[in-house]
Amino acid sequence: MDFTLDSEQTALRDAVRGLLGKAYGSSETRREITKTDPGWDEKTWQRLAEMGALGLPFAEEDGGFGAGPVEVSIVAEEIGRVIAPEPYVEAIVLAGSLVAAAGTAEQRAEIIGALAEGQLVPAFAHTEPGSRYSESATGVTASGSGSDWTLTGVKEPVLGGARADVLVVSAAVDGGTGLFLVQGDAAGLTRTSYATFDGGRAAHVAFDGTPATPLGEAGVDQSAAIAQAIAAAQIAYGHEALGAMAFALETTTDYLKSRKQFGVPLMTFQALTFRAADMYVSLELARSTVTWATLVLLDGSDEADVLEAASRAKLQVSKAGRHIGKEAIQLHGGIGMTAEYSVGHYMSRLTAIDHALGDGRHHLAALSSALDGHDVVEPLP
Amino acid sequence: MRLQLSDEDVAFRDEMREFFTTKIPQHIRDTVAARRELSKEQIVESMQVMNAAGIAVPNWPVEWGGKDWTPLQRHIWHEEMQLAGVMPPLAFNASMVGPVIAAFGSQELKERFLPQTANLDIWWSQGFSEPDAGSDLASLRTTAVREGDEYVVNGQKTWTTLGQYGDWIFTLVRTDPEAKKQAGISFLLIDMTSPGLTVRPIELIDGGHEVNEVFFDNVRVPAENLVGEENKGWDYAKFLLGNERVGVAPVGSSKRTLAAAKEYAKTAGPGGSSLLDDPLLAAEIAELENDLLALELTALRVVANSADGKPHPASSVLKLQGTVLQQAVTELWVDLAGPDAVATGAGEGSNVPDLARTATTNYLNYRKASIYGGSNEVQRQIIAGTILGLRG
Repeated sequence: MDFTLDSEQTALRDAVRGLLGKAYGSSETRREITKTDPGWDEKTWQRLAEMGALGLPFAEEDGGFGAGPVEVSIVAEEIGRVIAPEPYVEAIVLAGSLVAAAGTAEQRAEIIGALAEGQLVPAFAHTEPGSRYSESATGVTASGSGSDWTLTGVKEPVLGGARADVLVVSAAVDGGTGLFLVQGDAAGLTRTSYATFDGGRAAHVAFDGTPATPLGEAGVDQSAAIAQAIAAAQIAYGHEALGAMAFALETTTDYLKSRKQFGVPLMTFQALTFRAADMYVSLELARSTVTWATLVLLDGSDEADVLEAASRAKLQVSKAGRHIGKEAIQLHGGIGMTAEYSVGHYMSRLTAIDHALGDGRHHLAALSSALDGHDVVEPLP
Repeated sequence: MRLQLSDEDVAFRDEMREFFTTKIPQHIRDTVAARRELSKEQIVESMQVMNAAGIAVPNWPVEWGGKDWTPLQRHIWHEEMQLAGVMPPLAFNASMVGPVIAAFGSQELKERFLPQTANLDIWWSQGFSEPDAGSDLASLRTTAVREGDEYVVNGQKTWTTLGQYGDWIFTLVRTDPEAKKQAGISFLLIDMTSPGLTVRPIELIDGGHEVNEVFFDNVRVPAENLVGEENKGWDYAKFLLGNERVGVAPVGSSKRTLAAAKEYAKTAGPGGSSLLDDPLLAAEIAELENDLLALELTALRVVANSADGKPHPASSVLKLQGTVLQQAVTELWVDLAGPDAVATGAGEGSNVPDLARTATTNYLNYRKASIYGGSNEVQRQIIAGTILGLRG
């Protein structure tokens, strides 16, 4: 059992932190970039590709770099520290992992290499109006046979759905939920993009007899692959949230040290410093659980263990994110409410992460229904 | 980064699990599982079984019975003990006075006290807090005035846990009234049978007698009972309070108590139905399990990163959150007992399950956990000041 980064991992962290720190050194830069489509910076994405960050989780034979969940977690955490709007978790961990897990050798060769090089950005079109956090597809249906399929129905909200070069789409097939690839310029595909409150982009994506290629074997249920990819993304989102929470806390403590009222620094008031202490407690508890979930994913010997660990991490992050985000604004006072100041954007991003792929209540319900399966929770195998 | 324990640590865990589940007498583990107080004899027997196996004081120097274990192994030792329903070695002996004597005492004091302390042949009491010195310990006023080769001690200590069983008491006493408050304090060992020393019980809200007041009226103490140097006692006390990072949070016992609560809930509904069918209760238990997991993992991070021997700042997180969850589990037990929670005095002939009878006394008793050992407000002060640099 070891919770520390090795020297290569530390070097990766420093490199990504350097790159993103430069790209988003001021919160004003982020505001400018998120104002126009696609809502993120293509040049920064390219630099992340050049650094190797985009190919980390994928096998070398597919065009990736053969690293793993720990390296992904390092990048995600640095993304979170500056709340970089680049779709790292969405494109790499979610859509990319699905291609890697379910795609044919040919599909992997075509997509993973280009994804790692920053030449192709995929998105996972899964959520359907009214489906909440369901991992099945019902509103988009697939029909066809062999490699000749079409999709019909609506996906929304699809994060990064309009910019995506290729969509990985979940759709109802006879045996359950299948996965399909739809090219961005496919006939019968209508994408309507809009801004999200955290500076991102989502889309209403309509399929009307849209040509689609089965991802992997045609017409079979891919629920297990979807569940594993979602779990990996839930854990990676946890790291993104850790980065955001750590920065929000640092900013808040800096402010308590520097801001004066009644002629003294705010940190003179114990009513404020105790609340900052509680934020630290929340952050460290979340850090422990999320890091552990990444190690469960790295171990990967049991798929059910990965799903449970992801739920546990998501629940802890939900609680910590709400606590730290709200307190960061309150301890700042009015300045925290302004768009010009950074800390409010952190709360926005934490709120978006909380409600992506299952919020705390959703995961608590899942854990509650599985209480009978164990006597005590044992974190180490 | 790696999840798995090493083969060596897995073997160590198995060895500890085997020991604690088979070598500690069953009647002792049953008493803990029933959430009832252990008798003095049970506490002594439990520690002596461990000491005979050489694992009662692993945190001590090896020459005095300690073990050359890694912090992770000590953590495993402590967790397995709690999971098996075994009381940790008496803290006053094993974690407090023993390490202080071993680190700062004379060779003569070490030889005289350490073997008997490890074996609980001497039961130590802690004489730190006073009526006007609680969280602000350094304002203590009990004096020790040197007269020839003796100190004459006058004053009062309080909150002396299990002092009714004490043979000796380790005290912080003021030896230099002129010095600024931390500087004039010494660490003195006092025989509790000394003339002029009296112990008076304090009854607590749970009806139990766990703590005491200890009065010193011209108690004459041989000067050789001074640990280390005169007026350096505050340093030794800080060492005592700050050198332990294993077992700061009672994770294992909270896990065991929560698991027992879950088991109890399965048949505690009307007609033997399961209370876990109540989604609110199920969610409460699931959330507690998840919070305990986060705490346990934080404890593992702390022990895994403790090679430099300095207190890890996150230790304050462990004390704070550890007691919050410990108290939450005791509160859950009262909710599970429901109307039976009132039956604390029920005896033979009562239909109330034994675990429902002990629920409320434990709940009331464990309000202490967020007060002792540096209250949770003190821990927040440490986190804010030491970790976050927020100094008012």
